[in-house]
Amino acid sequence: MSGIVAQNLNRQSGLIKAPEAGGGAWTFISKTTASASATLSITSGLDSTYKVYFITYNNIHPETDNTHFTFNGSIDSGSNYNVAKTSTHFAAYADEGDSNTSLGYETGHDLAQGTGVQNLLNEIGNDNDQSASGYLYLYNPASTVFVKHFTSVSQLVNAGDYSRNQFVSGYLNTTSAIDAVQFKQSSGNIDSGDICLYGLTI
Amino acid sequence: MSGVVAQNVGRRSGLVKAPEAAGGAWTLIQTITASSDATISFTSGLDSTYDEYCFQFVDIHPSGDNENFQFNASLDSGSNYNIAKTSAYTQGEHNEADSSTFIGYKTSMDLAQGTGAQVLVQGVNYANDSMCSGYMHLYAPSDTTFAKHFISYMGATMGGGGDYIQSNHVSGYINTASAVDAIQFSYSANNIDTGTISLYGIG
Repeated sequence: MSGIVAQNLNRQSGLIKAPEAGGGAWTFISKTTASASATLSITSGLDSTYKVYFITYNNIHPETDNTHFTFNGSIDSGSNYNVAKTSTHFAAYADEGDSNTSLGYETGHDLAQGTGVQNLLNEIGNDNDQSASGYLYLYNPASTVFVKHFTSVSQLVNAGDYSRNQFVSGYLNTTSAIDAVQFKQSSGNIDSGDICLYGLTI
Repeated sequence: MSGVVAQNVGRRSGLVKAPEAAGGAWTLIQTITASSDATISFTSGLDSTYDEYCFQFVDIHPSGDNENFQFNASLDSGSNYNIAKTSAYTQGEHNEADSSTFIGYKTSMDLAQGTGAQVLVQGVNYANDSMCSGYMHLYAPSDTTFAKHFISYMGATMGGGGDYIQSNHVSGYINTASAVDAIQFSYSANNIDTGTISLYGIG
């Protein structure tokens, strides 16, 4: 910090030194926009700068009907996305016809030390007005002591015209630093949508 | 907006106009780092400045196995943590061996006007690579009309001899119309070995 008004940092009026980042506890790091994309990868910005990262996925629209939006982690800057994960996955859903509701565990969408992708959003529809949104917290990915927990909450319109509210949490079971994450559909491209990465100052 | 530097709002260097608020929707109020602590208490910063607060928990590691991570609230700046709470507790589980899954209500973890601690995570593993992380929102703690709602979502590596992921969803209200001005976190029997808890004001 330098300059004649450095001592005024944190004042709320008058002439002050600008904050180093965007101000506030959250820092926007990156935005990745899909355009018929096979994958959306975040290969920078996940490091020891922050201990809490927050990833939003907004209006993810799949090319292929009834496919899942997924993610995986990397410990080699994105060369490989194959970190073992154990997760729990449950969802509440209701159809537009008001004939079917449920809250339950989604056995086919969890992982038990699986190195494949983790489903975050199940069975997204590809009608023009169908999409999915939500968020994923990733805790201390640069830790070399602990596994890395993630928690997500998502909402989507599925292929059968259901509203689905999904809760996925788990851990990337590695004590190596996670330095990249990748999102993709279980089949076909991500036609549109965006993914934003934020860091939280603690 | 006025002043000779109004046109510089949004610039990141040089002389600029101060932001209208603290500079963002979330303001970091305090971070406490655990070091074999029996409790971690926030006895300042919870007031009428914000209508919503959030605690972020990062790598909260217990000194003993199978420990419940929990909180309680105070009306007297931390002299006593004993406010009545009523809560709901939903939990999901899955083990690394893929032999056990669970989603359901945890009757033993909720409170019905209980003044003891509210569990946020049940049975945290104390293996070297294990802990819990997550968040808890607390709404309008300084309100003197309504009860105070809280919502938390935490993940944990579960103790007791298994390698489980545990997803904990707890919401409830601190049933008082007095201002809540302090919050205390602890493990049920042993210390908080390591980890950080940060308090944010939102709005």
